[in-house]
Amino acid sequence: IMCASAKYNTRGPALIPRMKTKHRFYYITLFSIVLLGLIATGMFQFWPHSIESSSDWTVEKRSVHDVPVVKLPADSPIPERGDLSCRMHTCFDVYRCGFNPKNKIKVYIYSLKKYVDEYGTSVSNTISREYNELLTAISDSEFYTDDVNRACLFVPSIDVLNQNTLRIKETAQALAQLSRWDRGTNHLLFNMLPGGPPDYNTALDVPRDRALLAGGGFSTWTYRQGYDVSIPVYSPLSGEVDLPERGPGPRRYFILSSQMALHPEYQSELEALQAENGESVLILDKCTNLSDGVPAVRKRCHKNQVFDYPQVLQESTFCVVLRGARLGQAVLSDVLQAGCVPVIIADSYILPFSEVLDWKRASVVIPEEKMPEMYSILQSIPQRQIEEMQRQARWFWEAYFRSMKAIVLATLQIINDRIYPYAAISYEEWNDPPAVKWSSVSNPLFLPLIPPQSQGFTAIVLTYDRVESLFRVITEVSKVPSLSKLLVVWNNQNKNPPEDSLWPKIRVPLKVVRTAENKLSNRFFPYDEIETEAVLAIDDDIIMLTSDELQFGYEVWREFPDRLVGYPGRLHLWDHEMNKWKYESEWTNEVSMVLTGAAFYHKYFNYLYTYKMPGDIKNWVDAHMNCEDIAMNFLVANVTGKSVIKVTPRKKFKCPECTAIDGLSLDQTHMVERSECINKFASVFGTMPLKVVEHRADPVLYKDDFPEKLKSFPNIGSL
Amino acid sequence: MQARKKYIFLTFLVSWLLLFFFGGDQLRRFAFFSGRKAEARKNWPHWTDRTLLKNFADPEELQRDGDRSLLLPRERRAAWLSVYKNSRCRMETCFDFSRCEKTGFKVFTYPRERDQPISDSYSKILASIERSHYYTPNPEEACLFILSIDTLDRDHLSRQYVRDVDEKIRGFPLWNGGRNHLIFNLYSGTWPNYTEDLGFDIGQAILAKASFDTESFRPGFDISIPLFSKDHPQRGGERGWLYQDSIPPKKKYLLVFKGKRYLTGIGSSTRNALHHIHNGKDIISLTTCKHGKDWEKHKDTRCDKDNVDYEKFDYQELLHNSTFCIVPRGRRLGSFRFLEALQAACIPVLLSDGWELPFAEAIDWSKAVIVGSERLLLQIPSAVRCIHPERVLAFQQQTQFLWDAYFSSVDKIVHTTLEIIKDRLSPHRSRSRFLWNTLPGGLLVLPDFSTYLGDFPFYYLQHGSSPSEKFTAFIRAVSQAASLSQPILRLIQAVSGSQYCAQV
Repeated sequence: IMCASAKYNTRGPALIPRMKTKHRFYYITLFSIVLLGLIATGMFQFWPHSIESSSDWTVEKRSVHDVPVVKLPADSPIPERGDLSCRMHTCFDVYRCGFNPKNKIKVYIYSLKKYVDEYGTSVSNTISREYNELLTAISDSEFYTDDVNRACLFVPSIDVLNQNTLRIKETAQALAQLSRWDRGTNHLLFNMLPGGPPDYNTALDVPRDRALLAGGGFSTWTYRQGYDVSIPVYSPLSGEVDLPERGPGPRRYFILSSQMALHPEYQSELEALQAENGESVLILDKCTNLSDGVPAVRKRCHKNQVFDYPQVLQESTFCVVLRGARLGQAVLSDVLQAGCVPVIIADSYILPFSEVLDWKRASVVIPEEKMPEMYSILQSIPQRQIEEMQRQARWFWEAYFRSMKAIVLATLQIINDRIYPYAAISYEEWNDPPAVKWSSVSNPLFLPLIPPQSQGFTAIVLTYDRVESLFRVITEVSKVPSLSKLLVVWNNQNKNPPEDSLWPKIRVPLKVVRTAENKLSNRFFPYDEIETEAVLAIDDDIIMLTSDELQFGYEVWREFPDRLVGYPGRLHLWDHEMNKWKYESEWTNEVSMVLTGAAFYHKYFNYLYTYKMPGDIKNWVDAHMNCEDIAMNFLVANVTGKSVIKVTPRKKFKCPECTAIDGLSLDQTHMVERSECINKFASVFGTMPLKVVEHRADPVLYKDDFPEKLKSFPNIGSL
Repeated sequence: MQARKKYIFLTFLVSWLLLFFFGGDQLRRFAFFSGRKAEARKNWPHWTDRTLLKNFADPEELQRDGDRSLLLPRERRAAWLSVYKNSRCRMETCFDFSRCEKTGFKVFTYPRERDQPISDSYSKILASIERSHYYTPNPEEACLFILSIDTLDRDHLSRQYVRDVDEKIRGFPLWNGGRNHLIFNLYSGTWPNYTEDLGFDIGQAILAKASFDTESFRPGFDISIPLFSKDHPQRGGERGWLYQDSIPPKKKYLLVFKGKRYLTGIGSSTRNALHHIHNGKDIISLTTCKHGKDWEKHKDTRCDKDNVDYEKFDYQELLHNSTFCIVPRGRRLGSFRFLEALQAACIPVLLSDGWELPFAEAIDWSKAVIVGSERLLLQIPSAVRCIHPERVLAFQQQTQFLWDAYFSSVDKIVHTTLEIIKDRLSPHRSRSRFLWNTLPGGLLVLPDFSTYLGDFPFYYLQHGSSPSEKFTAFIRAVSQAASLSQPILRLIQAVSGSQYCAQV
C-alpha cells in the first residue's frame, strides 16, 4: 500500500542482532551488489533523458489573439440547464480522480480558442485579465496536469466571469463542443457576476448541465450545497492599492457605508441611522464634482467632503456591505482588506467559501428587515470581540480574497477536500489567522479522561552499568501497588545484562530491552512493551523515593494525564546581564520543569519525542549526551500549553555519597551546559513554552497533626 | 529451511537485476517511470500581451452594481414569501421571526389528547422540551410549536403509524400552514423506495428528521437529527467507551462491519459489496442474508457460508475492539450503528452517499468521522491505513466529545435541535462553528452570556490568550447592615490589599 505517511518503526531501536554474523556478512554483500547494479542501471538508463526533458521545458510565447478559431454552427447542441439536484455523488465522476498517495486532484485546462458564430462574429470578448491570472495560477499549482486522460477536473478556457460580456446561447454551444464535455461532468466554471437585467439571477444563466459552478453571488436557492463553490467577487483594487494592516482597535467612525448607487430604500434607511446617531455613522456616495482625470472609483464624497477610497474604509469599525442588483459585491473584498468588520445585509446570500470559512468570526450578518436596528445590534458586540473580528477579516482577505490566485486555489482545495475527505484541511487551518495559529495550543490529549487506576503504570529504568544501584531501584519500585510492568533499557552495548537468575524477583513482569546504540533518546522510545498509558521514567540511581511517594505521584498523574508529573523540580530564569536563559536548580519559590529522572507522563509523549520532536533537538541531545529531560519538558509544555506538576516536598534525590564526588567546578560546568540546552531549545521552538508555577501537589493530610495510620500516604519523605 | 529461503531470495534478486538491465527501456515506457518525462509539460501560455488584457468588469460598473430592478427591496422580500415555500422554504420566507421578538425563544407543545397513543421516543422528546427552560404553556407567547401527534414513525406499514394526520392538523387553530412549527421524524417512507415523504403535508414547518437526504433537505431550515433507539435514555446518558488514549491505537481490528446484506432493493448495492473487503485478519466484514420473512427466496451462493461466519463474532465485541467501524446506509441513509460506533469511540467510516449528517449545521464532522463514498468502497482499507496515529487519537477523542455533548441522551439531542434554531434567530448572538466543535460544546456555552471567546474559561489555550490579570471580589454579607462591624471590614481590607484585585 502506498501511504503518504512515513512508516514508523514499531519495533524500536532494540535491534538485537537476529541473524548470525556469518549470514549477515553474506546478506550485506548481496545487498551491496544489488545496490550497485541498481545505481548503474539508473545512471545508464535515465541520466540522458532527464537532461533532455529539462531543456524541453519551455513556456509558449504568443499573443492571445493568435489562437485557433472555432466556428460554431447555429444548430450545434446546447447543454441542458443546470441541474439543481446535482450533488457530488450523483453528478460527479469520482472514478476519474483515483486514489493517489498525495491526495491531490488533477486539473486540466483546455487550450485557448476563439469562438465565432456562423457569420464570423465573435461569441465573447477576449479572455479577461482576471481569468488569465486564474488559469495561470492553476497551471502553476500542484493541481495542474496537461494530460487530459489523467485529469479529474476540467477547466474550460472560455471566460464566463462576467455574464454581461457573453452571448449566452453561443457560449453554451462552445462549452458543449469541448472534447471531454460529457454533459459537463467534472467541469468547473468560474463566474463572479451572474445574471443580467432586469431579474439578475443569482447563478450563471449559461446552460451548463452537470458542470460545477464556482460562483460569486449565489443565493440559498441556487447554491447546490456540497457541489457548487461560493467564491468572492474579485475587486481589482486589491491588486492596485496597498493598504497596510492597521492594528485592531476603535476607529474614528463606528459604521460606514461606501457603496455607490444604493437602492433609494436602503439609502433612506441608512440616512435615518445617521440622523439618529450623528457623527459616528458616515454615509458616502459618488462624488459629483470631481475634476477630470481623477478616477471616480478612488473617491467617495459626503456632502462636499471628499474621501480617498478604499483608504477611508480603514477609518471605521464596521462597514456596510449591502446587496445591489446582485448579492455578491466586490466591496466586500475592499472592506476585508481594510480590516473593517463587514456588516452583511443581503438576505439569502451564500457568503464566499462558506463551506469552510466561519464567517461568524469575521462578520455580522443582519437581515434586511432589521436594518433600522443595526446600530444597537452592533453596539451589543463586546469590544474585544470586535478587535478579533477586525483581525479575522484582514486574514480572510489575505488568504482567500487578495488575488485571483488565492481565490482559485481555495476553490480547488475545497473540491479536493470533498474528494479526499480523510486528507482534508481542518477548520483551524482554514480559519485561524497566523498569529493565532502561532500562539494557540491544540492539546493532543484534549479529552479530559481519568484513566482507570487498574491500568497502572510501566516503569522504565534507563541504565548503563550501575547494576547494584539498578537492582535497588527495581526492588523499591516494585513495591508500588500500581506498578504493572518494569522495563529496563540496557544502554550498554559492550556488556551483557546480568543473567536472569541474578535479577531481583518481583511480582510484576520485568523486561530488559537491549539497545543498538548508547543514546539518551532510547529512554523515550514508545516501546511496544509499554501497554499502559502512564509511564514512570526513573534513573537507575534514584533509590530514595518511597513506595507511598511513587503511588501518590501516579494518582496525581491520573488526574492530569497530559502533564509531566515529577519529583525533582527545576526552574528556568531570564538572565538580564547575559540576555539569555539560565538553568536553576537551587531551592526557589517556583518550578517550571521536572526532571525525568523520576517523573510520570503519558506514553503519547514518547511517541512525540521519537517522531515529532521539532528541529534537530533529538539528534543534538543524543550527540551531547545531556538534556533529554529538558527536551521532554519543552515538548510537553509546547503541545499542551500547560505547566508541570511537582509532587511531594522532596528536594534531594541523589545519595549523599554521590554528591560528595561531584566537585564544585563539575557542578558549574553542568549548570552552564544545561543553560545552553535551554537556550538552544528555545531557539528551535521559536518560543519559550515552559510555564512557571508556584504550587506543588501533596497528599491532603500531609504534615497534619493526625494519626499516621489513618493517612493514605504516610510515608512521604521530607527532603 | 534456511537454505531454501536463501535460494528463493537469490533467484528473486537475479531476476530483478536481469529485468532491470534488459527490460529497463520498455519498463520506462510504461507507467512505472512515466515516460512523460521526455515531453515538455505544456503549461498555460504566458501571453505576450497579457498586461494589455481588460478587466473582467469595468471597475466603476463593479462598484455601482446598483439595484436597477423595479422592485423595492421590501416588495422583493414580499414576493419571495409566495415563491419560496414548502420544498423551498428558508427561515426568511417560512418562519415568522416577529413571534420570537416579544418574549424571546419560547417553545409550546400541543396538549396531548387522551385517545392518541404516543411512542416512547416521542414522549421522551416532548418531556425534554417541557423540561427545557424555553418551554412555555402559553401559545400566545410561543415562538416555536411542537405537535402532540406522534410523527416519528411515518412508515405506513408500521404499527406506530398515525393515520389521518392531515385532517387532524387542519383542525388545529394554531397550525397556520405549519409556520413556526417543528416536526420530529425518525422514519419516513416504506418498502420499496423509502421516500422522504411523511404522508402528510408539513407545509412550512421545520422538519427535524433522521436519515435526511441532502436533496430534500432545506439548508438553514431543516435539521438532521440522529436515529436513536427507543431505549435511548431520557437524560444523563451513558458516557463513551474510551477510557484511555493509547498510541498507537492498539486495537485488535482495524476496520469492522457486522450486519445485514441486502440482496435486493434500495441500499443493496452498498450492503452487497461489503464482504469484499473482509480479510479475516484486521478487517472483519461480516454479512448475513437472514432478514425479513422470505430471505431464502433471494438467497445466493454466498449466503450459507456467510451466515455461519456471521455467528462467530459478537457485534459488541467488534465495536469495542476496532479502530474504525463501517457505517453503511441501510434501507434509509442513517442507522443506529452511527451512534453506537460514536459512543464506542470506533471511528465511523460512512458509506451513505447524500446523507445530511446530524446537526451538520453546527457540527464539523470531518474531525470525528471518515466520510467515505459508496462508490469507492475498495479504497477504504488503504485510506484508513494511511491515517497517522496521532490523527486517529484526535478522531477518537472527538467522537467521545461529540457523543457526550450532543447525543448521549434524548435531552441532549432535543436541546441541540432547539439551540440550533435559536442561533438562527439572532445571528449576531449565536455560536460560531468553533464553539460548537470544541470542548465543552455548544450546549454549555451560552451566547447570551457572551459571544467573545476570551470571556469563557475554556478556550485560552486554543485561542492563544490568557485570563485577565485581575480579579473581582464578590463578598456575600449575611449579617445585618447595622452590625457592619469589624470582620467584614477586615475582609475587605485584606482583599483590596491584593495587587491583583480589580474591584470589590
